[in-house]
Amino acid sequence: MVDLSPLPLQSNGSPSQQIVPKLSVHGLSKTFQYQSQPLTVLDNVDIELQANEFICLVGSSGCGKSTLLKIIAGLMSPSEGEVRVEGEAVEGPGSDRGMVFQSYSLFPWLTVAKNVEFGLKLQGMAKKERQERIAYYLDVVGLSRFANALPKQLSGGMKQRAAIARALANEPEVMLMDEPFGALDAQTKEQLQQFMQEIWERTHMTILMVTHDVEEAIFLSHRVYIMDAHPGRIRENLQIPLPEHRELEIKLTPEFLNLKRHITNQLGH
Amino acid sequence: MRRGIPTWLKILMPIVGIGLPLLLWSFLSYNGLVKDIFLPTPDKVITTGLELFREDDLIKDILASTGRVLGGFIAAALVAIPIGLLMGTFHSMEGLFSPFVSAVRYMPVAAFVPLIIIWAGIEEPAKILIVFMGIVLYNITMIVDGVKAIPDEVLNAAYTLGANRWVLLSKVIFPAALPSIINTLRVNIAGAWNFLVLAELLAASEGLGFRILRSQRYLQTDRVLFCILIIGVIGLTTDYALKRLGMVLTPWAEQGERQS
Repeated sequence: MVDLSPLPLQSNGSPSQQIVPKLSVHGLSKTFQYQSQPLTVLDNVDIELQANEFICLVGSSGCGKSTLLKIIAGLMSPSEGEVRVEGEAVEGPGSDRGMVFQSYSLFPWLTVAKNVEFGLKLQGMAKKERQERIAYYLDVVGLSRFANALPKQLSGGMKQRAAIARALANEPEVMLMDEPFGALDAQTKEQLQQFMQEIWERTHMTILMVTHDVEEAIFLSHRVYIMDAHPGRIRENLQIPLPEHRELEIKLTPEFLNLKRHITNQLGH
Repeated sequence: MRRGIPTWLKILMPIVGIGLPLLLWSFLSYNGLVKDIFLPTPDKVITTGLELFREDDLIKDILASTGRVLGGFIAAALVAIPIGLLMGTFHSMEGLFSPFVSAVRYMPVAAFVPLIIIWAGIEEPAKILIVFMGIVLYNITMIVDGVKAIPDEVLNAAYTLGANRWVLLSKVIFPAALPSIINTLRVNIAGAWNFLVLAELLAASEGLGFRILRSQRYLQTDRVLFCILIIGVIGLTTDYALKRLGMVLTPWAEQGERQS
């Protein structure tokens, strides 16, 4: 049987040697003014990601998970609490937190290669090094042949792969993904889930992904944060005790289905 | 709806579109249903026009008018593009410019003409100023809308790749808004010709608008019609040129962003 008891929210660093988490969020709250009433969207959220972890945040729509990701990215400011990257508090957006959006985020006037190059140029990287990086990451996402294509010439799945390459190429400390496969059809979605698994195996990037798709969350993550809605709170921090390398067939195993049932129950409580 | 049409239809439709009014014009004028002084026949308009070129130096008028239109148009573009980009991007800039732009946009430029004469006299600068004032505010309003239509995710993506505000404005917002900027200029160059005729009401001694007004005084309907046609041809040419410019500068734009 799979152990489904919630884990403590604290990190698993050994007590003698305190490991600084890659990304941590402490006591984060967000309140909006809605029809002149304060509306609490996020209430005292704590999360932590260790280096090389692939974590998913699942929650029903409207639970504030996208807001949380935007605050972590620095695109929105919290009402209370703070975000730390490698122990340093961050304010505002920065290239240490790369982000992949649900759609429409590629620059349509730039080719795929130039899109990937955008962040590298801002870092002031030399041309030769930029070209090597572009070639490497386009190869990682399997778009080498489309380096000179414009975004409008790509399919939806290819656009997302290009956006992922662009975020990866910047080599951020953490990669944030906001329902990156939410706008894709079921087949493409599964392909990209497998693709993300491969990406992680190749790069060991620290990834925080927001999704409402429970299967996707279990398939990809080492740990899942389950969120409550109204107000958005972390309900549970659930370890996914599946082997590190997973094939799509794993979605049909009893362990997987148990985890799925558990999370679905928690979301529907 | 909005489906492609076969090539023969693509060629036929414009011919019908232009042919029908021409046919109606010929029918009314050659039959004498409408008096010559109100509506001269097409061939009379053409012969008078050619005469104007040969004997009356119409080229000089065309150059004078085109120069004024281009002067006002370019000035309006140079002023409107940066202001439009800033207003569309920063709430503070919108707060600063928007009350002025919205209020003045409703004030007819014709009403400013007496003031313009006092400010700028009756020479070339005054005429260019009228064309400029006529279109600059429309340029700004339309460019602001174009900037606001840029998806948030594109801007947010740039921020998370390390862009600061200046990079965002110059490397993201400007290129993203370029198709709608070119569109705006295309729409408003037609307006520039409207205001040109108004401008040439001022003591002009040459120009197509001036020609039209003077010919009207002598009831030379054929000349009036010919000059109007010339403006139409120039308009079509500039429209086509700006459309080509759009295709060359923004080949990446989707169909919908570049209206035909």
